[in-house]
Amino acid sequence: MTDTTTYPDTAAPSTGPDSDSGSVSGLVHGVYREGEPLFDSKAPAGPIDKKWNERKFAAKLVNPANRRKLDVIIVGTGLAGGAAAATLGEAGYNVKSFCYQDSPRRAHSIAAQGGINAAKNYKEDGDSVFRLFYDTVKGGDYRSRETNVYRLAEVSANIIDQCVAQGVPFAREYGGLLDNRSFGGVQVSRTFYARGQTGQQLLIGAYQALERQVGAGTVQMFARHEMVELIVVDGRARGIIARDMVTGEIETHMADAVVLASGGYGNVFFLSTNAMGCNVTATWRAYRKGAYFANPCYTQIHPTCIPVHGDKQSKLTLMSESLRNDGRIWVPKRKEDCDKDPRQIPEEDRDYYLERIYPGFGNLVPRDIASRQAKNMCDEGRGVGPEVEGQGRRGVYLDFADAIGRMGEDAVRTKYGNLFDMYQRITGENPYEVPMRIYPAVHYTMGGLWVDYDLQSTIPGLFVAGEANFSDHGANRLGASALMQGLSDGYFVLPNTIRDYLASGPYPKVAPDHPAVVEAQESVRSRIDTFLSCQGTRSVDSFHKELGQIMWEYCGMERTEEGLKYAIEQIRALKAEFWTNVRVLGTNDQLNQSLEKAGRVADFIELGELMCIDALHRRESCGGHFRAESQTEDGEALRHDDDFAYVAAWAFDGDDEAPILHKEDLVYEFIELKQRSYK
Amino acid sequence: MRIKVRIWRQDGPAAQGKLVDYDLDDISEDMSFLEMLDVLNEDLNERGVEPVAFDSDCREGICGMCGLVINGRPHGNTGGRDGEANTTTCQLHMRSFADGETITIEPWRADAFPVIRDLVVDRTAFDRIIAAGGFISANTGSAPEAHAVPVEKKRADRAFDVATCIGCGACVAACPNASGMLFVGAKITHLAELPQGQPERWTRVQAMVAEHDADGFGGCTNIGECSAACPKDIPLDVISTLNKDLRRSMLH
Repeated sequence: MTDTTTYPDTAAPSTGPDSDSGSVSGLVHGVYREGEPLFDSKAPAGPIDKKWNERKFAAKLVNPANRRKLDVIIVGTGLAGGAAAATLGEAGYNVKSFCYQDSPRRAHSIAAQGGINAAKNYKEDGDSVFRLFYDTVKGGDYRSRETNVYRLAEVSANIIDQCVAQGVPFAREYGGLLDNRSFGGVQVSRTFYARGQTGQQLLIGAYQALERQVGAGTVQMFARHEMVELIVVDGRARGIIARDMVTGEIETHMADAVVLASGGYGNVFFLSTNAMGCNVTATWRAYRKGAYFANPCYTQIHPTCIPVHGDKQSKLTLMSESLRNDGRIWVPKRKEDCDKDPRQIPEEDRDYYLERIYPGFGNLVPRDIASRQAKNMCDEGRGVGPEVEGQGRRGVYLDFADAIGRMGEDAVRTKYGNLFDMYQRITGENPYEVPMRIYPAVHYTMGGLWVDYDLQSTIPGLFVAGEANFSDHGANRLGASALMQGLSDGYFVLPNTIRDYLASGPYPKVAPDHPAVVEAQESVRSRIDTFLSCQGTRSVDSFHKELGQIMWEYCGMERTEEGLKYAIEQIRALKAEFWTNVRVLGTNDQLNQSLEKAGRVADFIELGELMCIDALHRRESCGGHFRAESQTEDGEALRHDDDFAYVAAWAFDGDDEAPILHKEDLVYEFIELKQRSYK
Repeated sequence: MRIKVRIWRQDGPAAQGKLVDYDLDDISEDMSFLEMLDVLNEDLNERGVEPVAFDSDCREGICGMCGLVINGRPHGNTGGRDGEANTTTCQLHMRSFADGETITIEPWRADAFPVIRDLVVDRTAFDRIIAAGGFISANTGSAPEAHAVPVEKKRADRAFDVATCIGCGACVAACPNASGMLFVGAKITHLAELPQGQPERWTRVQAMVAEHDADGFGGCTNIGECSAACPKDIPLDVISTLNKDLRRSMLH
């Protein structure tokens, strides 16, 4: 049972400053209230390298014969969800796995290119579990929880073993052993890779393990199913409502525990590197049912994406930042050179600005820094590529001429061939001859549902894994760490922690006409009816694009108090218009892609507001969150550890009510808090 | 650019389908093919006509969700502008088409891939084939140290090359027999190249081929259209490996 947990009662949103402080009733900035602090009680005390073993030992066991009596729902089939479903299926639980794609093999983990970190120290270059832990905490700008990150580093080596055993074809050296490369933000080579398609290969490994369990009958697969509501009975997560996207049927699925591994919410920006279908609905529905949403404003803008080409663009394409290992980033020193053929600009007229500003790390600085500096260069008028209306040129060069000179074109092709091909297909330019043009794009969201050390949310029985939770990356994620976290959560962490909860099951059967079930079904049907009967004038996409523009402008790479307040007003107005003026054609009883999008965009709009509120309240710069009001003299992000060394976990308090902020203090026992420096 | 698209519209699995023409007159050549369809759908929605249903997700050429037969060819033809390389539908750009062109767009057509609606088909047969045996049985936590078994680089590279299959189904759509043997052969070859794949090698090939046949895919008659249409250039010889392994499996 979960009675060791000390988070406040979610049913009664507690104590924060209340209606006695004048006209705005305890509201801070007019938009939120503050509630009781929050604690993670699941991590054992003691030395950090002993905690995980102790927790695993303390977590109750479930007798193999009892496992088949326990039902677990897992939403999402990416690295976290796919790995968890496979592992829990192997263990003998009854698993129901859901994904909105037509096959679990298509989850967006598949698009990760560069690699996966693991503290194997195969290169004997000074790597260790502690160093991976340290790099990840530092890279996250000291806004992550030490205990979770240490565990991540600790199990990283097991992940590689597991994947190799499954037949994941990692890159190898001629001696037959695994190859490694280095990645942004670190000085050791600990990244395992499969050319530029590491995510694909890892996901196919997890997918095959999952399908093996489907064949064995332990996992039941529900593809083309979208979770549209969480069912909470007597304070516990007991099931979900899913819509069969082919027939429109609203299905009720009950279980002893629910796992959300539904990915990140980068598509709130409309343009991002996420897949078209990536959405926040699963976690947002859970938030509305009492799960806290932590650090929503921490979004990662990836520095190496292909620049925007026009206003009909549907998504942005990332190129692995492993390109920064051999490519050199520059802009012209003089504005008047910006429209020249880059090959005609002599060496002395180029500004390799990352190498100049950060001689220690050069082109390998963390993502947030590389992104913001690219923006700064373009803001100075030294961007390159076509003029974008109202914004000037939004691009910088990523140049491989030196690498081709040093290694030869063939070696560059071997290492990066597929990325170069992709660039050429999209832009029509040949990067072996002309430098690539790159610009930052929204890529990953560090925020997500709040979880304790067991990956359990504030709703007992609701677990959250992978990008969908907030837990490991703080305010900024290092390259090759998303795959590591997804597989760590899915293969090794969740299966060990969820059993502690399941050991108290099976939980009492819930009657199909239980009020909580009926309420969830009815709210789903009423939402769908509203969309279909609205008959307004604007398409779902037009609202999504408008939301994206607001978010990119005011809650993107640089945020200000004034901008965020303005954005909140804009989003509220957009929400009101959405519900009265959206046009969704067709019916519910068949495949209806506009209807699917309507539900997702409705949730994105609400999330957008919470992101802006979170960004507004955090008046410091850290990692991917840069507040213009908080920077050093030379324009670097300035943290305020005295005021903000906490996780901001937000509780829903009803429609049209201000959300409630619960703070979980971040205590650094093993790593000293420092301002990051990559100079 | 101005173009005409002639699109297969079918209201549901049992409904009669037909090709319907639409004109588009403000298409930029930098748009992707699917962005062109997005523009069409916005326009249809505006006019009160239900948008065309089509699948896509990553739009980076890696998830395998998209798949349209464009002018008779699965995933279309880049037409030489980007080199002759095969592509996924999402990585096809409008610069590969001529101003004024009429483009015919149809779903994958195969008994094993029934149409769900318009351009969307059901490819769950591929998942069933993997579930039948397309894996290595290695329970979580049971793996030996990753360096315990070195793998010859040449074999690891070959395993990777064929493991890049994205499961899109273009091979089936291209094959006159609607055979899925390129898909099956790619997985057989990937796992057969690796030492970890040996213990289940012979049962795997039998189980996967049996499921493939039961799902209604046709047999392979070595025509090679599959490999020619494959966006990931999976070579035809994976089917030779498959056939060889199937024969050898009879002796085990």
